[in-house]
This record gives sequence, structure tokens and C-alpha cells, in this order.
Amino acid sequence: MTEMRMRDAIRDAMREEMLRDDRVFLMGEDIGAYGGSYACTRGLLDEFGPERVRDTPISESGIVGAGVGAALAGLVPMVEIMTINFSLVALDQIVNNASKLHYMTSGQVNVPLVLRMASGAGSQLGATHSHSLEGMFAHFPGLTVVCPAFPGDAKGLLKRAFREPNPVVFIEHTALYGVRGEVPEDPEHLVEFGEAAVLRSGKDVTLVGYSGSVHQCTRAADILAAEHGLAAEVIDLRTLRPLDMSTVIKSVQQTNRAVVVEDDWKFGGFAGEISAQIMELAFDWLDAPVARVAGKDVPMPYNRNLEYAALPSEEDVVEAVLGML
Amino acid sequence: MAFEVVMPQMGADMTEGTLVSWLKAPGDKVERGDIIAEIETDKATVELEVFEAGVLRKVIAQEGDVVPVGEVIALLGNADEEMPEVVPRQEMESSQVVEKPRPRAVTAPSADGTGSDLDARRVRVSPVARRIAQDAGIEITEVVGSGPDGRILRRDVEAFIAGSAQHSGVGVPTVEPDSPPPPNPSRVEPLSRMRTAIARNMIDAKQRQPHYYLTVDVDMTEAMAFRRHINLVLHEEQRVSVNDMLVKASAVALVSHSKFNASLTDDGIQYHEQVDINIGVALDEGLIAPALIDVAAKPLPQIAEESKGLVDRARAGRLRAEEYSSGTFTITNLGAYGIDVLVGIINAGQAAILGVGSITARPAVVDEDISVRQLMTLALSADHRVTDGAEGARFLKEIQSILENPSRLTV
Repeated sequence: MTEMRMRDAIRDAMREEMLRDDRVFLMGEDIGAYGGSYACTRGLLDEFGPERVRDTPISESGIVGAGVGAALAGLVPMVEIMTINFSLVALDQIVNNASKLHYMTSGQVNVPLVLRMASGAGSQLGATHSHSLEGMFAHFPGLTVVCPAFPGDAKGLLKRAFREPNPVVFIEHTALYGVRGEVPEDPEHLVEFGEAAVLRSGKDVTLVGYSGSVHQCTRAADILAAEHGLAAEVIDLRTLRPLDMSTVIKSVQQTNRAVVVEDDWKFGGFAGEISAQIMELAFDWLDAPVARVAGKDVPMPYNRNLEYAALPSEEDVVEAVLGML
Repeated sequence: MAFEVVMPQMGADMTEGTLVSWLKAPGDKVERGDIIAEIETDKATVELEVFEAGVLRKVIAQEGDVVPVGEVIALLGNADEEMPEVVPRQEMESSQVVEKPRPRAVTAPSADGTGSDLDARRVRVSPVARRIAQDAGIEITEVVGSGPDGRILRRDVEAFIAGSAQHSGVGVPTVEPDSPPPPNPSRVEPLSRMRTAIARNMIDAKQRQPHYYLTVDVDMTEAMAFRRHINLVLHEEQRVSVNDMLVKASAVALVSHSKFNASLTDDGIQYHEQVDINIGVALDEGLIAPALIDVAAKPLPQIAEESKGLVDRARAGRLRAEEYSSGTFTITNLGAYGIDVLVGIINAGQAAILGVGSITARPAVVDEDISVRQLMTLALSADHRVTDGAEGARFLKEIQSILENPSRLTV
């Protein structure tokens, strides 16, 4: 085990996969000479050369389309979209081509494409550059949606993504690039998709999060334990699709209460999917309605205080828990 | 010409009535004033009169139907005329909506428990609590909820089970100081229509009408002698009770103290010309206060006779509409139960209520001497928005004066 930052774990995953499989190559805006907008590809151009680390024009639809074509032709491309906000420009390629081709050809072709993108708000980037669209991608069958919260998981999940025969949307929270954590050195350490992690055990309430909101859950669990004597179980979903509901249900059967936390808007968000499934699968185990703690129903404000107010906080999670007792 | 018979509104708060039975069948001839059906409201079963003569042509509401006020329940007409098709009101409204859409308030089910009766009666219980109770064979209504809005939670059911296990356990139960006390078993009985109506009226009166209270002792010795004397010559049905004397005394006093025969409205104090006095009648299922109509000018024997009829009809659930929908002042009397002082809650919308205690032999000072007298305590509860204490005092002293000089009951 080595302690490292999230961005370094991501870079190591790509580097190891490039060493392991020479079909793997990288494409994206500023990923080569500049080393990536979030420094995840630093040093890779020097090591692997411009054939395998390609700087591209600012044309997300074009890059993703090229990635789909390369994947169809037998390569294993990783396309970095600078932030998830720009993925909206490439939605047709992602939703209509990448996610559908395997199905529509009756399995004759595969699209082993890894799409990395940075997500989340909190840095005063305004309404158009602060999206959390994990739930939107999880909506589409045909896509695998990965959203790690810790460096070790990021490395294991990204390496696993390169071995997936069809498209994986790999979403990194901008606030987590600097988070440190233990990362296994074994180059064959993979984290399987559809396996949630139980970060804390507790009997009083289940807190469910993914990506950035996992950290709100663990901080809320600390407050609940220290100030209210409550033991919260914290679950990190790690992948939204496939979704590991059985870990969530097992937990709810112990705690009888659940709070689902996400940065995205509450209305029509992914937390609604989880809470609906809890209701469908564990109705007779519930002692309170499932609560959702999510972003306020507004485009993200630019003002620092308003942005903070629009995002869910650990205090909101604590309040939701206390409200269901 | 066809004439529609509609569900009448008997009392301002009536929104619907149950058609208990038809007393006439289609084809029967009816005269103006005939009783054609019996209707049950929140308060009583009443007879439905018709105001037109003709033939009962068509019965629309069936026995047992609950019908909104104003909806057609039958058609009268000539024996051979064509009857119009009667469209139930709900359908009529929906067909009107097509032509003239009306904005409709979107009402969400009330989640805070302040909404409908349905909400109030619902037992809130979490799914897991319900399942555990079911597995343990516990009646969920026996468990008291401690969660949000009184919801019964898992911990409540588990505490209940722990409590009953302790009760049924053999040997000496160990007392754990930290364990919560076993919940007190209870059951919930839904409110009858009458109890619901009483509850609503009492909340209306007690929360919205600020009461003040005055009491006075009345020497009833003379009045009781007066009553004995006149009852010797009166027929049984006209024999006067203490309550009849109170009705008469109050009616006389109300004529000169009209603020107590009044109601507060949005526009001001509404003085009623006629004195209609409600008298409380205790029934098995609750309390009802039907009115003696226009009593100010009626002689005492007539009041006595009407009062007996009124009480009988109230007990039989056969009051006439005006008897329970009107009233300008109320007398409530627990003298027969040996109660000394009854301080009443105003009958909602009225200005005052007179509470009557029992007549007992008590020592009293009369002309510097102590003698045994028949004393009764009256308590006046009055709406302070309409009257003030000094006015209440004068009114109450007037009633006292009439009762202590019973010849005034004969005017």
C-alpha cells in the first residue's frame, strides 16, 4: 500500500493499463503537453509519446466520436472530457452511439471506450460549469457509470474500466483530486463494478452516498456519533450502474432508516432512484420515510455563500437523520 | 309543473344528510306540509316536509344514501306530466367544466396532521413497526407512537412487547431503572357524528369566544312554593319544572338585557328580536341542546308543555329542523345530578350560557336571622367581546330577582 492523492492514483491506473495493453491510448484537450486540466496525465506524453497520448482540438463531440470509432476498430481508447459540463456537447455520441452499438448490432461489435470527466461544484464556476450529472448518465442502459470517492477505489475501478468491453463513464469529483488515501501497489488489483463499500457500520441509520457526497456522509456520521450518540452506517455506492442495492437493503434491514445524499438536484435525481428501490425492496423494514439530502432546486449560484447554501452539507444530513427519529 | 325536493340544510354547519327512509312511495298523493321522508343529520333524525301539493313522481335518493345539501332527492308533479331527467349534481358539474373550465385548487394530502377528520383518525405506524406487531400478534392501536406526528415506530412496538412480556413473566420481575415504563394499553374509538359536531362546536366557542364568569346564589324557597301551588291546578303535561321557571325567568330578563340575546358577527353585534332558548338534553350518545322557540311571551304552563315535548323528541332523535338549528341563549342544568355549581361553555355563536346547580337546603341570613332556605347557584358564562362584567351582573341579578319574586313568572 502506498498513500497517494486521487489524481496520482488515476494517473497510475492509466499508466499501468497502457503498459499492460498496447491497444490502450489517451485522447483529450490539453492532456499531453499540459498534463491535463486536473494534472491526471502529467508525464504520460513523455513516457508513451504522441501516438498514445494525443492532444485534441476543443470538440467534445468529435473526440468522443473518434473514440467510438477507435473502439469499434479494435483499440481501447480513454477519452478525457475536461469537465462533465462539456459532455453535454457530446451527448449524441455517448447516448446514441457508444451506449447503443453493442445492443443494436445484436452483440456483433463492442465499444470498449473509457470516458473520464471531472464533475461537481464548489469552486465558484457558475451555473454552466458546476453540474453533477452522474445520475443522468446512470439513466441510460448500455453505460457503466463509475464515481469513486477514494484514491484506492479510483485506481481499482479505472483499471477495471479498461477491461470492460463496452463504454464506461468514469466520473471524478473535482473536490476530491487532492484527497489522499491508501492505494494498493499490485498492478492486478481491480475493484469490481456493482459492489458498494460499507465504510462504517452502525445500527441507527444508513447513509448512502457516492463520489463527493460520501464524504458528507462520513462527516455526518462523525457528528451523529459525537453529539447525538447515534451509530450511522455509511455506504459508498462506488458505481451507479451497475447499482449494488443488496448492500443497501441489508443495511436498511439493520437500521430501518436511510438517508440518501447527493450533490445533484433532488428533483428527478439519482437519490430518488435509490429511495424508490429501498421502498420497493425493503418496505416492511422501514421505520421512517427514506430521506433525500441533495442540491437546492436552482442553477448553481456563482456567489460563494449562495453556492455553499445550494449544496448539501453534513449538517443537512445530520438534520435529516434527527428528523426521522 | 315538476317540483324538485332537495336535501334541506338544517343548521348552518350541515353539509350532507342521510336519507333514512321514505314515508311516501312514488305515485302517492301528497299535500303541502306532509312528511315524506326521514333524514338523519349530525344531530338528529328529522322529518322532511314538502311545501307543494302533488304526486310523488320519482324518488332519486335511496334509503341509506348520504346526499349533499341542495341535491335533488325526489320530484313532485301532476299525476301524468312528463318528468325531466335529473342529472346528479356531480355529473352536472363535470359537464359544465368542459364548457367553462374553472381553476381548481390543488390540495395536497395534509402531512402535518392538521387536515381532515380522516387524517386525525389515521393511526400512523412505520412499516417495520407494523410488521413486528403483526408477527407478535399485537393490535397496533394498543401501541402509543413516539415518532414524528405520533408515528408508531419500531422502538414503540418493541417497548410494548417488552412491557407485556414483563407482565406475563413468572416470578419477580427485575426492575431496570433505565428501561422505559411499559406503555399503558389503550384503544381508539372513532368519533360519532354527534361527538364530532360537539367537539367542533366546543372548540369554536372555547377558543374563539373569550368567556367571563359570574355566579350568584338564588333563594328558591318562594319559587318552590309557587311551583307546588300552581302544579296543583295544572294538567300533568303542563306541570312546571324548576327548569321551566329558569327558562321563563331568563326569557323575561333577556327582553330587557338584549345584549345577552345576541351574536357577534363580522359587521357587529346582531340583536335577535325573538328569544329562542336552548336547553341541554343529555343523551346516551352525547349532548344536544334543542331550542324552545319564541318563549318570551309564552306563559309558564305552555313553556312547560313545549319543553316536555322537546325533550321527548330529542331523546327519540325526532327533533324538527328549527328546534336544533336555532337558539339565542342556552340554559344547562345539572341540578338533578346534585351538582352545586355548573360553569358552562357558551353554545358557539351565542353571547352567553346559564349554568344551573341543584337546589339544596342551606343556612341563609334572612332579615338578620339565620334560617334554612332552598338555595341554588347560577353561573353565567358570557362572551366578553359582546358584553362586560357589569352588564352580566345586572342581567344575572335580574334573573335572581324574578326567581325570588315568583309572581313575576306569571307576566
